[in-house]
Amino acid sequence: MALLQISEPGMSAAPHQHKLAVGIDLGTTNSLVATVRSGLSNVINDEHGHALLPSVVHYVEDGNIDVGFSAQKQQNLDPHNTIVSVKRFMGRGLKDLDVSQLPYRFTETSGMVQIETRAGIKTPVEISAEILKVLKTRAENTLGGELVGAVITVPAYFDDAQRQATKDAARLAGINVLRLLNEPTAAAVAYGLDNASEGIYVIYDLGGGTFDISILKLSKGVFEVLATNGDSALGGDDFDHRIFCWILESAKLTPRNAHDTRLLLSKAREAKEWLTEHAEANISCLLSDGEFVNLTLTTAEFIAFTENLVQKTLSPTRKAMRDAGLTVEEINGVVMVGGATRMPQVRKTVAEYFKQTLLTNLDPDKVVALGAAIQANILAGNKSDEDLLLLDVIPLSLGLETYGGLTERVIHRNSTLPVARAQEFTTYKDGQTAMSIHVVQGERELVSDCRSLARFELRGIPPMVAGAARIRVTFTVDADGLLSVSARETSTNVEAHIAVKPSYGLSEDEITNMLKASFNSAEADKKARMLAEARVAAGAILEAVAMALSTDSALISVEEKQAIEAEMQRLALLKETQDDDAIHKAVEALNHATEAFAAARMNASVSRALAGKNLQDINL
Amino acid sequence: MSFTPALNVDLNLNYFELFGLSPSFNIDLATLESNFRKIQSESHPDRFVSATSTEKLQSMQLATLANEAYQNLKNPANRAKYLLELQGIEAISETNTAMPLDFLMQQMEWRESLEDAKGAKNINALENLLREMQQEAKLLQSEIATFIDVKQDYISATGATRKLIFIDKVVADINKAIEQLEAEL
Repeated sequence: MALLQISEPGMSAAPHQHKLAVGIDLGTTNSLVATVRSGLSNVINDEHGHALLPSVVHYVEDGNIDVGFSAQKQQNLDPHNTIVSVKRFMGRGLKDLDVSQLPYRFTETSGMVQIETRAGIKTPVEISAEILKVLKTRAENTLGGELVGAVITVPAYFDDAQRQATKDAARLAGINVLRLLNEPTAAAVAYGLDNASEGIYVIYDLGGGTFDISILKLSKGVFEVLATNGDSALGGDDFDHRIFCWILESAKLTPRNAHDTRLLLSKAREAKEWLTEHAEANISCLLSDGEFVNLTLTTAEFIAFTENLVQKTLSPTRKAMRDAGLTVEEINGVVMVGGATRMPQVRKTVAEYFKQTLLTNLDPDKVVALGAAIQANILAGNKSDEDLLLLDVIPLSLGLETYGGLTERVIHRNSTLPVARAQEFTTYKDGQTAMSIHVVQGERELVSDCRSLARFELRGIPPMVAGAARIRVTFTVDADGLLSVSARETSTNVEAHIAVKPSYGLSEDEITNMLKASFNSAEADKKARMLAEARVAAGAILEAVAMALSTDSALISVEEKQAIEAEMQRLALLKETQDDDAIHKAVEALNHATEAFAAARMNASVSRALAGKNLQDINL
Repeated sequence: MSFTPALNVDLNLNYFELFGLSPSFNIDLATLESNFRKIQSESHPDRFVSATSTEKLQSMQLATLANEAYQNLKNPANRAKYLLELQGIEAISETNTAMPLDFLMQQMEWRESLEDAKGAKNINALENLLREMQQEAKLLQSEIATFIDVKQDYISATGATRKLIFIDKVVADINKAIEQLEAEL
């Protein structure tokens, strides 16, 4: 009989527990959730056995919010209040979108778009959060417990605003984001591990609304992205739209109301899917004014009027190949991802470009979620046979606005993450104590041709004569691909205060208000939630430090160890009280007490990896 | 976007030491790559998702440093520039821009060929020019290796490095021109 394992009093036994973590593919058309169980990555189905959740949100008359298939059925009946393909609006302004064909009521705003629904004005972040909530509930009901976190996938070509919007949506849905993972990289994980592949692979990912191309080098469990490119507004939806325009033209229809537009778009999508395995598709429906549409679309016609959409994917493909410094002969395999890669003309064009048979043996709809689940399982700390490391890149260069509206590039596209770059600025006037920095993303010379990310206002610069201050601004892009900025006056070592104004994002205040609103405003609820969050944070750090001490306490003196243990004990006691503020402070204190220990551990592990190479001289 | 405390990584650290290499222009790229991966395997933020915030910050700093160091050593022009920096020489600075006349002439010729090919929208001509530049870059790299690794002649190495950096710039411009022409297709 196996002996029971009992942990030390006060110490959690959690390290041996399987932690519930999922991978979520938040798609333009469909979303999925997957998890690793008994070593295998599986998609979690809903109670009817459906893996896909249509990314459709319906604000119902009775005040409920419907998501998925039932919401999809409402898109023709209640188009103003049924939002489809919301992913296209994430981190985007009105002028970025062609809203003329969309049935929604957009409100006038300079920042991220907002849609007027019967439930009030909604941002794409809130609408996406509704989809994420359904997936979270599905996962927790199936797995029988609370999730420790999720890996959420985003198109590789998503810019900072789109990534931040995705992370904010997860926060609103009450999901702890372990990592934002690029969709093609997630697909590579699912594919690479399945096939034990080594070499250079291309992931061609044409989804519902986005196109990504990533080139990866796979070697001994390390997935290194060499280059990525794409088009964050090109996908299967555009093929539907071409068919929709063809219907209007062929049936000589005048512009339609929202209901008919939705109906015809649904018919267009059905026809597209039908044509994957048939030579022609019948399109017939009854419009609201009694007019009957009955048309036949042949594969040849469909290929002809979508040809330039397929060609449009090759331009980013060529750019990525050139950035990676590769020729098609050096590519070991091309993986097809995304439902839109089922279209035969897409497969044919890609196969011809790369001069090889494409890899299509994994379900293109599921492969991203499956890969995300594998990564989530590892990041959550579950022991796994697969020791993999993903080295991803920033898809678009980051720059600053300089004189004359020109862009000064600070971080180049395809730099491996995390990456940081410092830039020095000085003052223009005597006694100047503030300055403004405009950060943009894109490859063009003119600021007006790039995407505005945010304006940073630096305050608290010590007053000096013009040109004397040395303000060192550090731009850091983390492993999620998200930018943060810090600034310091180097001659006086004064930290400058930074106020961030995101151009197409939500401010911290707006998020907080949305979160508060979602607590249903009851003060007690709010308090309970804050306390629960503080306790989770306390539990996590206690566990992390206990683990570290159990393996590496030899790296520190007995006194240092005792000091850490004293803080642990203090926190463990406070954790059982109702005082969330005190718990947070004790977490900070424990963090502080472990600084030297953490540095010693990092040095030791890197030294071990390099076999004897000593890193004492890295001043971290 | 958010605010984070300033990073305190010591940027004077010798990149070669970080990867266990001795400082020279000719390095074993396979060792560089494999040691880069080893350091990332230990320091990448993915390894510290459930760690303390102190450990997260340290992981971020070391992983960032490793990426920076790797990029600098992998690219020949950057590597040469960095080796000269270790000798206290700034290859490209406001006061140090002198170029031999023949190289300036050569550079003007390349620029003209680039403009001509761009004007004629001739992608093939641009690709030929690219190959020519790449060969030129290879020659310069072997010169730099001799100057730095064998002769320790840093003055000559600086001249050659400066040429290599200029060639890299022309190469970037050719690539951009090809990209633009392809976008117009």
